Amino acid sequence: MPEIRVTPLGAGQDVGRSCILVSIAGKNVMLDCGMHMGFNDDRRFPDFSYITQNGRLTDFLDCVIISHFHLDHCGALPYFSEMVGYDGPIYMTHPTQAICPILLEDYRKIAVDKKGEANFFTSQMIKDCMKKVVAVHLHQTVQVDDELEIKAYYAGHVLGAAMFQIKVGSESVVYTGDYNMTPDRHLGAAWIDKCRPNLLITESTYATTIRDSKRCRERDFLKKVHETVERGGKVLIPVFALGRAQELCILLETFWERMNLKVPIYFSTGLTEKANHYYKLFIPWTNQKIRKTFVQRNMFEFKHIKAFDRAFADNPGPMVVFATPGMLHAGQSLQIFRKWAGNEKNMVIMPGYCVQGTVGHKILSGQRKLEMEGRQVLEVKMQVEYMSFSAHADAKGIMQLVGQAEPESVLLVHGEAKKMEFLKQKIEQELRVSCYMPANGETVTLPTSPSIPVGISLGLLKREMAQGLLPEAKKPRLLHGTLIMKDSNFRLVSSEQALKELGLAEHQLRFTCRVHLHDTRKEQEMALRVYSHLKSVLKDHCVQHLPDGSVTVESILIQAAAPSEDPGTKVLLVSWTYQDEELGSFLTSLLKKGLPQAPS
Amino acid sequence: TPSLRKNKQQQEEIATKKLRLTKPSKSAALHIDLCKATSPADALQYLLQFARKPVEAESVEGVVRILLEHYYKENDPSVRLKIASLLGLLSKTAGFSPDCIMDDAINILQNEKSHQVLAQLLDTLLAIGTKLPENQAIQMRLVDVACKHLTDTSHGVRNKCLQLLGNLGSLEKSVTKDAEGLAARDVQKIIGDYFSDQDPRVRTAAIKAMLQLHERGLKLHQTIYNQACKLLSDDYEQVRSAAVQLIWVVSQLYPESIVPIPSSNEEIRLVDDAFGKICHMVSDGSWVVRVQAAKLLGSMEQVSSHFLEQTLDKKLMSDLRRKRTAHERAKELYSSGEFSSGRKWGDDAPKEEVDTGAVNLIESGACGAFVHGLEDEMYEVRIAAVEALCMLAQSSPSFAEKCLDFLVDMFNDEIEEVRLQSIHTMRKISNNITLREDQLDTVLAVLEDSSRDIREALHELLCCTNVSTKEGIHLALVELLKNLTKYPTDRDSIWKCLKFLGSRHPTLVLPLVPELLSTHPFFDTAEPDMDDPAYIAVLVLIFNAAKTCPTMPALFSDHTFRHYAYLRDSLSHLVPALRLPGRKLVSSAVSPSIISQEDPSQQFLQQSLERVYSLQHLDPQGAQELLEFTIRDLQRLGELQSELAGVADFSATYLRCQLLLIKALQEKLWNVAAPLYLKQSDLASAAAKQIMEETYKMEFMYSGVENKQVVIIHHMRLQAKALQLIVTARTTRGLDPLFGMCEKFLQEVDFFQRYFIADLPHLQDSFVDKLLDLMPRLMTSKPAEVVKILQTMLRQSAFLHLPLPEQIHKASATIIEPAGESDNPLRFTSGLVVALDVDATLEHVQDPQNTVKVQVLYPDGQAQMIHPKPADFRNPGPGRHRLITQVYLSHTAWTEACQVEVRLLLAYNSSARIPKCPWMEGGEVSPQVETSIEGTIPFSKPVKVYIMPKPARR
Repeated sequence: MPEIRVTPLGAGQDVGRSCILVSIAGKNVMLDCGMHMGFNDDRRFPDFSYITQNGRLTDFLDCVIISHFHLDHCGALPYFSEMVGYDGPIYMTHPTQAICPILLEDYRKIAVDKKGEANFFTSQMIKDCMKKVVAVHLHQTVQVDDELEIKAYYAGHVLGAAMFQIKVGSESVVYTGDYNMTPDRHLGAAWIDKCRPNLLITESTYATTIRDSKRCRERDFLKKVHETVERGGKVLIPVFALGRAQELCILLETFWERMNLKVPIYFSTGLTEKANHYYKLFIPWTNQKIRKTFVQRNMFEFKHIKAFDRAFADNPGPMVVFATPGMLHAGQSLQIFRKWAGNEKNMVIMPGYCVQGTVGHKILSGQRKLEMEGRQVLEVKMQVEYMSFSAHADAKGIMQLVGQAEPESVLLVHGEAKKMEFLKQKIEQELRVSCYMPANGETVTLPTSPSIPVGISLGLLKREMAQGLLPEAKKPRLLHGTLIMKDSNFRLVSSEQALKELGLAEHQLRFTCRVHLHDTRKEQEMALRVYSHLKSVLKDHCVQHLPDGSVTVESILIQAAAPSEDPGTKVLLVSWTYQDEELGSFLTSLLKKGLPQAPS
Repeated sequence: TPSLRKNKQQQEEIATKKLRLTKPSKSAALHIDLCKATSPADALQYLLQFARKPVEAESVEGVVRILLEHYYKENDPSVRLKIASLLGLLSKTAGFSPDCIMDDAINILQNEKSHQVLAQLLDTLLAIGTKLPENQAIQMRLVDVACKHLTDTSHGVRNKCLQLLGNLGSLEKSVTKDAEGLAARDVQKIIGDYFSDQDPRVRTAAIKAMLQLHERGLKLHQTIYNQACKLLSDDYEQVRSAAVQLIWVVSQLYPESIVPIPSSNEEIRLVDDAFGKICHMVSDGSWVVRVQAAKLLGSMEQVSSHFLEQTLDKKLMSDLRRKRTAHERAKELYSSGEFSSGRKWGDDAPKEEVDTGAVNLIESGACGAFVHGLEDEMYEVRIAAVEALCMLAQSSPSFAEKCLDFLVDMFNDEIEEVRLQSIHTMRKISNNITLREDQLDTVLAVLEDSSRDIREALHELLCCTNVSTKEGIHLALVELLKNLTKYPTDRDSIWKCLKFLGSRHPTLVLPLVPELLSTHPFFDTAEPDMDDPAYIAVLVLIFNAAKTCPTMPALFSDHTFRHYAYLRDSLSHLVPALRLPGRKLVSSAVSPSIISQEDPSQQFLQQSLERVYSLQHLDPQGAQELLEFTIRDLQRLGELQSELAGVADFSATYLRCQLLLIKALQEKLWNVAAPLYLKQSDLASAAAKQIMEETYKMEFMYSGVENKQVVIIHHMRLQAKALQLIVTARTTRGLDPLFGMCEKFLQEVDFFQRYFIADLPHLQDSFVDKLLDLMPRLMTSKPAEVVKILQTMLRQSAFLHLPLPEQIHKASATIIEPAGESDNPLRFTSGLVVALDVDATLEHVQDPQNTVKVQVLYPDGQAQMIHPKPADFRNPGPGRHRLITQVYLSHTAWTEACQVEVRLLLAYNSSARIPKCPWMEGGEVSPQVETSIEGTIPFSKPVKVYIMPKPARR
C-alpha cells in the first residue's frame, strides 16, 4: 500500500525550529530547517540524527526546501549542511536566497561575538551552504529528479515567502510555510490554485483567532504618529530589521506623501539598509500598488525616510525613528528610548509582541519606573502604545486556504497544541477533511491510492466516444479494450490491435444451449411464436425472423428443432458469442420459463 | 403635397439607377478574383481585401451567391472559414433580408466536417437569426439545427450552439406547434443539461446562454438555482463568475421562495440564501470572481436586514474568546465620554469565552463579506465593494449607519481612486447618517491630503453631512481653516462648504458665535481684517446659519454688520439675505413665498416670445424693432434670473438670427445691378456667416435641445446658406463656381428633407416647404434662375416659431487656472516644451471628453489645438465637469516676453448624427472618421499667459 509519511522534527505542536520530514512515493524531502528562539543548547536545532545515525544525510534526503528567510525556518541550515553534512540541493525563492545569508550572518555574530559560543557555524560555512541553494521562481515547476517535482506559490508573510507543492507522479503534498491571507502595505495575499494535494501541511499560529480589519489598526497607528508629531513630540518605533519594518515604512512614507508632511523620519542603519536594497529589487514579489507604480517610482526608494545617525537623537523638534531591535532589550532602540523616555510629549509604539523580561514587555504591562543597569532608575513619562501588525493567517484565513487547495487531508504544524485541537475539530467538521497534528518526532502515515496513468489509442477512444457522448461526461463509463503492460508502460488498445501486435489469431467463442419446451405444434409455427414472444418482450432489441425459420436477436441465433423421439416436446437451440453473454443468458432463462399461451 | 411625393419618387429612381450600375461589377469582380486564385492563401488574400470595402444592400445577395458557389468548391478549411464569416457579416448589412441565404447556410452546415468552420457557420446562422427576430419558423429551424450539433465533440461548436439557443430559443414553451412539425423545445432544459459539460468553456457558454434567455424576457425556472449553486465550486473562474451572475438573476426572480438549509431542518428565503452564497464568493481565489460577486451584492436590496448586517461583522475572536472590533471599542469609548484618551495595551483584551462548538469558520454565509472585500488585495475588488456598500446603504438607513465606520476606514486606502470613491459614496448616503465626533475626526483628517481631488470631494461631502454636536461643527471649522492655510487655492471650495455647513446646522452654530467672532460682553475687540480668507470663511458659516436663526444677529458686533453688507455685495452667492434689525431686505426676490407662486419672470418670458408671433404681419421696419427690443428684454431677463438664462439666451439667439436675416434682405443693394454691388455686399455676407455661427452655437452649445428644435435650427442654417448663395451669385462673375455651389445647396436641401422627413408637416409655409415644392424645377434650372427663385422665396417665407425645450442649459466654461494675473513670465528654453497647468470648470457640457479642446493662440497668430485626455475630466456633480490638464507649449525664441491666449473650445461634428453602416464595424475603420471635428465654438473667456522662450545657451 503506497503511503505518505510525515514526521515533524520541529514545529510539531510548537512554534519555532520548523523542520518537517516528508516521505512521498519513496522520495524523502525536508521542509525548512529552522532554529528555536527559546533555547540556547542543543535543542535550538532539530535533531538530525533522527534521519540517520551514521550515514550521510545526502543519501537519505532527496532535497531540502526553505519556505522563507525567518530564522525559525532557516536558522539551522549552515549547521545542517556544513557541520552535519548535506550536499544535496536546497531550494528557496530568489528573495529568500538573497536575504537569508544576511540574517544568518547576523545571528552568527550575536551568538559567537556577543555570547561567545564556540562550536558554532562560521561565515565561510554560511557561504558554502548558500552555494548549494537552487533558486526557484513563483509557479515554476522544478524537476528535482526524474520523478520528484516542486512548485512555489506566493505566500505573503514576508518578502519571498512561498508555499511549496511537492509532487511525485499523482501524489502530492503542499507545505505552506508561514503565510498571510490578507494583504498589507507591501505584500499581497497568499494564493494557491485548486491543486487537490493528498496532504496540506499548514501553519496554525493563529488557529483560534479571527482578526479585525487591518484598516483600523493602520488608521490608529497613523493618527497616533501624526498627532504626536504635530505636538512637536518624537516617536520611537522599535522594529526588527525585516518584514514589519518595511510595511510600517511604506505606511508612513505614503502618509507623509499624502499629507504633505515635512517632519523627518529616520531609519537605523546597518542590517536594514542592506535589506531595503533587496526589497527594491524584488518588486514582482510585492503587492498590487507597489507593482503598478514602480515604473514611476519605486516605493522602497524612500523620499521622506533617511538614514539615522546617533547624533540625531538629540536634535530638537519632532521626528520619527525606526530602530532595532524590536523588543527594546538592547542596541540602538534602547539607547534612544532612554534619551526620550523622560518627556511626556514623546511616544513609543511597539508594533509587535515582546518576550517577558525585556524592557518592551515591562513598559507594555504598565511599568513606569524601570531599573536599568547600574542601579539607575528610569522614569517613563512618554506615551506607550501597542499596535499589533501580524503577518500570519487567522483561523478564517487558514480555512480559506484549505478550501482553495481542496486537499484530501490536512496536517497542522507551527502552533500551540491546544489551539490546534480547536482548528482540527473545525476542519474535520466543516470541511469534512481528516486532520492531523503530530508532535515532534511523531510520525503520521497516510495511505494513498495513487492513480496509474494508462495510455489509450485515439482510435479506440473515438470509437467508444461515438457510442453516445452524454453531457455528464465526468461520470465513469464502461469501455471495452485490451490492457497491454509492457516495460512498466500501460496501454489500452482495441482487441483487434492487441491481436495484431501480439501476432495472435482471433478465436471465436460461442455458447450454445438447448431449451426443451412442451409443444405439439410444428417447428415453423413454434419459431413464429418464439418470434412474436421475443418481439413483445425485447422492445429495444432487433428481433428478426429469418426465411429459413430461425429467429435472431441481435447476433443471437435461435432455431427450433423437433427431436424424433418425442413429438410432444420441441427443442430450441440458442447460440451466442461470448461478447453477447449477458443477453444470451437472459434469453435462455426467458425461454426456459416457457412461451405464453397463444391467444386462441 | 402631391408634388412632394412625386419629387421623392424621382429621387428614388435616380438613386436606384446609380446602384444598378455598381451591382454586377461588385460580385463579378469578386468572382473573377476568386477564380484567379491559384492557392488557398491567394483566395484568402482576395477575400480579406474584399472584406475591407462595404457592400450595398442591393448587391449583397449577388455577392452571397458567388461566395456560396466558391464555398462548395473549396477544399481548404481556412478559406471556407473566411467565407462563412463573410456570410455572417454580409447578412448583417442594413436593408438586406437574409432569409434567402438561410437554406444554403443550413445546407452547407450539414456537409461540413471541419469543427472550426462548423462553429463559424453556426455563428453566421446566429447573425441571420438575430436579423429576423419576427420569423418564428426560421427561429425554430435554427434551434433545431443547434440542438442537432450540441453533441459535437468540439467545444467550439457546442459553444456556438448554446449561444444560438440562448439568442433564438423560443421564449414561450406553449407556442403552437409549427406547421412543419417541429415541436417547440424546452430550451431551458436543453441548456441546463450542459451545465455539467466536461469542457469549462462550454459550461460557461451554457450559463451565458441561460442569462441571455433571461435578458430576452424568459422567466427562468427556479430549479436552475440548485444547478447554479453547484457551479459555484467549479474549478474554472469563468464558470464561477458566470454562475454568480446566474444566481443573482434567480434571486431577483424568486426572492421570496423558500429553500432548505442543507443538513438542517431550517428554511430561508431564496434571496437570503443567494446573498450568503454570493458573499462567500467575495473570498474566492480568483479576483475576477471576487469583483463580480462584490458588484452584484450591491443590487440585492431585498435581502433581510440581519443578513445584510452580518456582512460587516466578522465575529472576531482571539484565543477562543470573543473580541470586540476596534469600531465597537471606539463607539464605546465615545459613548462613555472617554474619547481622546490614549489606548493602552490590552484594552482590546478578549472578553468572554466562545463556545467552541458554536463557532463556524466558513459556512457563516454573509459573515464579514464586506470586511473581506474592503481589505482585498486588488483595488478593483475594493472599489466594487465600496460601490456595493453605497447602493445597499442607500436603500437601508440602518445599514448605512453601520457601514459608516468601514467607509471612513477606506479614506486611508493606499490607492487614491478607492479613497475618492469612498468619499463619494459617503456623500451619496449622507442624508441617511449622522457622523459621530470620532468619525468626523477621521474624516476631517483627510483634509490634509495633498491631492486636490480628494480634498474637494471631501468638501462636497461636508456640504451635505449631518453633524450631531456643536463640538463637531467647531472641529470641522478648525480643520477647514487649517486646510485653508495649507492649501490657499481651496478657498472657494471651502467657503462653499461652510455655507452649507452653516445653513444645515443653525442651532449648533448659535452657541459658537461669540467664540468665533471673538466678541466679549464688556470689551470691544479689535476689528478683524476683512480680506483675510479665514475670517471670511467664519463669516460665511455664521451668516448662513443666521438665515434661519433670527436670534443670532443680536450677538453680532457693529463691524460684523458692516462686513455683512460688504460680503453680501461682493460674495452674494455665498452670503444670503438676512433680516437684520433696522435694515431693509436687500433683495426681496429671494424670499421663498414669491417663488412658489406663479413665477412672474416665467410669464414675462412667455409674453415676450408670444409677441414675436405677430412678426409676420409687420412691415420690415416694425419687425426689426420688435425683434431688437425682444432680444434686449430676453438678454436682461437671462442676466437677472439664472434659472431662465438658458431659455432666454437660446430664444434670443434664434431671434437674432432672424433679425440678421431680415436686415440682410432689407439691404437696398438687391435692387442695384450686380457689378456696382461688390463693396456693399459685406453686410449681407457677414450676416450669412454670423447666422451660420449662431446656429452651430444653438445646436451644440445647449444641453437639452430636442429634435424639434434641431429642425428649426437646421432650417435657419439652410436659409443662411441660401443667402450666402445669393450673395455669391451677385458678386462673382462667371458661372463655373456657381454650378458647384448650386449643386451643393440642392444636396443640402435633399439631406434636410431625408433627415427631417417626420418633421416636415410642422414646417408649413416655411422656406424649405416652398423650396421642396419647387424642387423639380430647381433641379433642372440654371444657376442664375435658381438664385432668383431662392431670393424671392427667402423674402416670402414665413417666420418659424421656435418651440421651447423643457430643460435647456447653455454650456459654459471658466478657466480658473492660469489666472492670467501673473507678471512673471514663464521662462523656458525655446524649442523645448513647458507644461502649463490648466484648471477649468465646465457646466452643462455633454460628453466633454470628446468635445472640449484647449486652444493656445500665439502672438504671431499661430493657433494650436490640444485634445485633453479623457482621464483629465472629473465629474464632481450632475451637469458639472472639471478639466484639470497640462498643456504643452513650445515656440522658437522671442526677444521679450509676450502673452499667449489660452481658451476652451467646444468641438462639434454635425455629421456624427448619421448612423454608421454595420459592415464597417467588422472591417477596419480608421478611428479618425468618427472623431473628426467639423468646427469649433469658443466658449470660455480667453486667459492671457505671459511666456518667454529663451534661446538655448550654447
